[in-house]
Amino acid sequence: MAKLEYHSEQKASPKMSVKDLNLYYKDFQALKSVNLDFPAHQVTALIGPSGCGKSTLLKCLNRMNDLVAGCQITGTVFLDGQDAYKEVNVNDLRRRVGMVFQQPNPFPMSIYDNIAFGPRTHGIKSRSDLDVIVEQSLRSAALWDELKDRLKKNALSLSGGQQQRLCIARALAVKPEVLLMDESTAALDPISTAKIEELVGELKDSYTIIMVTHNMLQARRVSDRTAFFLLGEMVEMGPTEILFSRPREKRTASYVSGEFG
Amino acid sequence: MSAKFKEKLASALFGFTAAVSILAVALICLFLFLNGVPALADIGLPEFLFGSTWQPSSGIYGIFPMIVGSIYVTAGAMIVGVPTGLLTALYLSRFANAKIAQFLKPGVELLAGIPSVVYGFFGLMIIVPFIRTSMPGNGFSLLAASLLLGVMILPTVITVAQSALDAVPRSYYEGALALGADHERSVLQVVVPAAVSGLMASVILGVGRAIGETMAVVMVAGNQVQIPTSIFEGVRTMTANIVLEMGYAADLHRGALIATGVVLFVFILLITLLLNLIKRRSEI
Repeated sequence: MAKLEYHSEQKASPKMSVKDLNLYYKDFQALKSVNLDFPAHQVTALIGPSGCGKSTLLKCLNRMNDLVAGCQITGTVFLDGQDAYKEVNVNDLRRRVGMVFQQPNPFPMSIYDNIAFGPRTHGIKSRSDLDVIVEQSLRSAALWDELKDRLKKNALSLSGGQQQRLCIARALAVKPEVLLMDESTAALDPISTAKIEELVGELKDSYTIIMVTHNMLQARRVSDRTAFFLLGEMVEMGPTEILFSRPREKRTASYVSGEFG
Repeated sequence: MSAKFKEKLASALFGFTAAVSILAVALICLFLFLNGVPALADIGLPEFLFGSTWQPSSGIYGIFPMIVGSIYVTAGAMIVGVPTGLLTALYLSRFANAKIAQFLKPGVELLAGIPSVVYGFFGLMIIVPFIRTSMPGNGFSLLAASLLLGVMILPTVITVAQSALDAVPRSYYEGALALGADHERSVLQVVVPAAVSGLMASVILGVGRAIGETMAVVMVAGNQVQIPTSIFEGVRTMTANIVLEMGYAADLHRGALIATGVVLFVFILLITLLLNLIKRRSEI
C-alpha cells in the first residue's frame, strides 16, 4: 500500500522542488545533494535534530540564505517548474514564497501598517484597497475579531502569540503561493501554538505550506508529508503517517521513536 | 582583610570616584550662578537677554546679538552637518561593504580627535579665503562658521546615528526582505523608522556640540556684535564673546561675561532635557 501512495504522489507536479541541492557555509557542507518535492496545497514538515540542515533548506526556498556571507549553493530550486535562482526575480520570489520566522518579528509600527507594508511594497497605494487587504489578511490569520478595534495600535503591544499570527497575516497580505514556517511556534505557549496549528490546517487549502519543526508531535498533527533530515542529508520523505509508523530507514525509525534528538 | 571590609572599601572607592564628577558639575554650577546672578540682577534680566547693544566701555550689556549669533551658527551647522552625518551613518551601517567601512570608520573617528584649534586654522586658511574670493564680504562670516562647525559635528552625529541604526534588530530587516521588499525599501521604510529616536538623539547631541564650540568659531566668524542680515556677514556667538573679552574684563563686565556663560549653560541644560525626554519616550 505504501508503494502505491508513493507512486500516486509522484504524478502531481510539485509546487516547489529542489534537485541535487548542495549548500556550503565556507568549508562546512550543510546540505548534501538534497532532492525533494513539495506538492501544492499540502503541508510538508521538515524534521530532524538541531543542525541537520532543515532550516537551511527552508531558507534556500526564498533565498534568505543569500544574506549569509560565505554561503554557496549548487543544484536547483524550482518554483512552478522555474529555476527560482535564475528565472525568478528575487523580490518576486520572496513575495510568492512567504516566510514566518521562529521569533515573531512584527515591525515597530501600527498593526495596520505592518500588514500594509507588503502590499505597499508591491505598488498598492489606494487606501480602500489596503483596507480590504488588511481585513482579509487578519481574518485569514484568525485575528480580525481580536484586533479590528486596535488597528492603529503599535504591533509590539500584542502578546507573543498574537504577534506571530500578525506575522502570518502580514505574510498572507502579499498573496503568496507558498508559506514557509521556520519553527514558528517554538517561542510560543501551548495555547498560541494550538491556534497556529489550527490556522495551518485552514491555510493549506489556499497555500502550499512548508514548515520546519523540532516538535515531532506537531509534525504528526499538522503535516501531510514529512521529510527527515540528518547531518545535511535528506534521509527519508513520505506521507506523515507512514514516515512515523513504518519508516523505511533505520535512522528515521530511531529518531521518530525518540532514541536521539 | 575580611571580605566584608574589602567590599566596603571597594564601594567607598567607586562612590568617591562617582562623586568627583558630580561634584565638578555642582561646583561649576555654583561658580556660574554665584558670579553671574549678581551681574544679571545689576543689569536687569530683560535688558541683558534682549538688549541689542554690547558696549562694556559705556556699561551697556545686551547679549541678544550673541544669542541670535549662537542660534544662527548652530542652525547653519545643522543644515550642513545633519543631512551629511545621517546619510553617512546610514551608508556605513547598511550600504557600505566591509572594505570601505574599514577605511571610513577610522576616518570618522579621526575627525573627532582633531583639536578644534586645528579646525579653526583650516577654516582660516582655506574656508575664509575661499569665501572672500568667490563670494561677497571679507570671508569671516556666518557661512564660514557654519561650514566649519558642520564638519566638526559630523563625528558626533555619525557615531551616535550609526549605533542607533546598528542596534535595530536584524529580524526587522529580514522580515521586510521576506515580504519581497528590496534592500533600499527595507532599510528606509523599516530600519530607519525603528531607529528614529536614536537618530534624533544624534542630532541633538550635534546641536549641543555646535552651540558649545568656541575656538574654531572665534577664528572664522568675524566676531562683530551684530545680528547678521546675510550669511556673508560676521557674527559673534556667546562662547566667542566670553573668550574674546575674559582676558581683560573686570567688575560688572566680568560678571556679564559669566552671566553669558549662565545663559549658555541653560541652553545646554534644555538640550540635555530634550535628549532625556526622547530617550524616555523611546523606552515605552
